[in-house]
Amino acid sequence: MWELAATVVDPEVPVLTIEDLGVLRGVTFATASGSVTVEITPTYSGCPAVDAMRDDIVGVLHGNGYDDVSVKVVLSPAWTTDWLSDEGRTKLEQYGIAAPGPRRSDGTVSLGLGIRCPRCGSMHTRQLSRFGSTSCKALYVCQRCQEPFDYFKEH
Amino acid sequence: MIPKSSRAVSTALTPEAIAASIASAETAASEPVARYALGLGDDALVLAHRLGEWIANAPELEEDVALGNIGLDLLGHARSFLTYAGSAWGRSEDDLAYFRGESDYRNRQLFEQPSGDFAHTIARQLFASAYFDALYRALQRSTDPTLAAIAAKATKEVDYHLDHSVQWLLRLGLGTAESHRRMQRGVDAMWPFVGELFSPEPEADAGGALEGVAVDPESLRAAFDELVPRLITDAGLAVPTIPFAWGGGREGRHTEALGPMLAEMQVLARAHPGVTW
Repeated sequence: MWELAATVVDPEVPVLTIEDLGVLRGVTFATASGSVTVEITPTYSGCPAVDAMRDDIVGVLHGNGYDDVSVKVVLSPAWTTDWLSDEGRTKLEQYGIAAPGPRRSDGTVSLGLGIRCPRCGSMHTRQLSRFGSTSCKALYVCQRCQEPFDYFKEH
Repeated sequence: MIPKSSRAVSTALTPEAIAASIASAETAASEPVARYALGLGDDALVLAHRLGEWIANAPELEEDVALGNIGLDLLGHARSFLTYAGSAWGRSEDDLAYFRGESDYRNRQLFEQPSGDFAHTIARQLFASAYFDALYRALQRSTDPTLAAIAAKATKEVDYHLDHSVQWLLRLGLGTAESHRRMQRGVDAMWPFVGELFSPEPEADAGGALEGVAVDPESLRAAFDELVPRLITDAGLAVPTIPFAWGGGREGRHTEALGPMLAEMQVLARAHPGVTW
């Protein structure tokens, strides 16, 4: 059942499954009642993709004969980009989205490391906007190949 | 609760689903905790709406996206707090957001202040983010697991929001004569509402029910005072010496700005009760 739920993809980054993303927290099956409970966690508090993910999880499990499905949204422990799997990071890069590095511990200065262009591999990149098309991304541009690209920001 | 053994799953993330799942707590909030959560939820909701006003109006496209993103995070916090509050009264987040009048709103007055020009918004956001940052760091240690979980999630987001405000404060304060003038005006306009942020929560007297649950706002003042005046000075601006306003948002007393804002926010839900998309 975990395998079924894990086929659901992030509607905003469709190369990533919810398992790659670390959003899928748990799947439990009650043998007596035949009910399935799936736990997911939002990446950001207001992330609208949670609704779509929930519907998709219910859909795929219904399609495989599990009629009694509930999806719970859990907040704790809070999601961080450290939950992204290595496979997820590779898929992101191949898709043209720069993957986040390991999270910084709390420092006094908010200083990011250089971001590598997912297209040409150059480190000569510049931040265009700290906020991107979705909550989880920022917008960068490569100074060498001139391509703008999304960066899945550390969180 | 998500309907069991039913294929008719609504598309919205229902308040019941959040209520049922937050920290796996099946219990409703007690009355004093619900009132406390209501105040925090209203702060986030009202500010989220104000930020939404900038979408398609910001000085540059990136700021449309940035202010929209920040508003979305705040809306997420509001939904969690209001859902939790509503669990005490059998009311959904939408009930609380759309079907309460001005005097029933419990937000502190800073958050309802009109967006003004971009510098006003940055000043409001700077004060708000510095306050939220200190608040949610402390609230993570709440003995109430639901409030602690919401705060743990919110902390990381608010940290990023604060950074956004600081960057604009410096850029505008140290920019041209015109941007400097407007940034100072924005800081001066929002400053009177800072004092209220640190006034006591009305429920704090409720027989010790919030002991260990709620954060004493007064305890957040030191972090704010250490950070914000220094940032204002770093931006080449003067720290205002204007006295603080009376406040009273937590008791339902608001400035004239809140009514028209709520009218716009609530008109659709009231014209078509129960409408969803």
